[in-house]
Amino acid sequence: MNDILEKLPYNKPFLFVDQLFKVNDNEVEGIYTFDTESDFYKGHFKNNPVTPGVILTECCAQIGVVCLGIHLMDKESTSESAELQIGLSSSEMEFLVPVLPGETVKVVSKKVYFRFHKLKCEVKMYNSTQQLVCKGTIAGMINPVQHV
Amino acid sequence: MDENIKYEKLRNIIKLYLPEDVSVDYIDIKSHLINDLNINSANLVDIVLDVEDEFDIMLENDDMDTMQTVEDALQIIDSKIANKNS
Repeated sequence: MNDILEKLPYNKPFLFVDQLFKVNDNEVEGIYTFDTESDFYKGHFKNNPVTPGVILTECCAQIGVVCLGIHLMDKESTSESAELQIGLSSSEMEFLVPVLPGETVKVVSKKVYFRFHKLKCEVKMYNSTQQLVCKGTIAGMINPVQHV
Repeated sequence: MDENIKYEKLRNIIKLYLPEDVSVDYIDIKSHLINDLNINSANLVDIVLDVEDEFDIMLENDDMDTMQTVEDALQIIDSKIANKNS
């Protein structure tokens, strides 16, 4: 699972995965703690920092779709260091509970399908009291980079 | 299955994934799915999955590469149905 984290194509301030607990061909679970110093809290909202829904969606996508996608591509490809080209293709989310700076969230994602390089997942995010924070469906395209 | 029925069924699937600025009237037997109808690769996968359900067939990665136009798609559907029944 550490291999997957190393292969993630993100860096601070846009990496929203701390640790994975579980990865198999059908599901993934991981956590992330929102950094109280993140820039977006200065403006979302004025004097009332709340994690933006787009960032929660991004966190769900990074853990739920990209980490699972890396795992599935690893099994498919023969070369170890295959670079991946990743893109979000659709997301439909519902937000139920606000997430404040410094909170740790858990993302649970289940594969709907992975076919022709498109991975579609049902994702759920929980806070530390196991409340459902947001849920939805996210899909992305994951292709090996073609080196000519 | 009648060829016209097959074409109608395919057209009804493609229709769901057209970008907003592409009218259904643009769909023609010769239409290139990506270049003419502006369908992106993610939606192309959805079209293939819907085609599989509609015609009860299974497509492979190679078929995806061959499936460039509406006509290509119909040919692939034909050959898959033929294989299934043979």
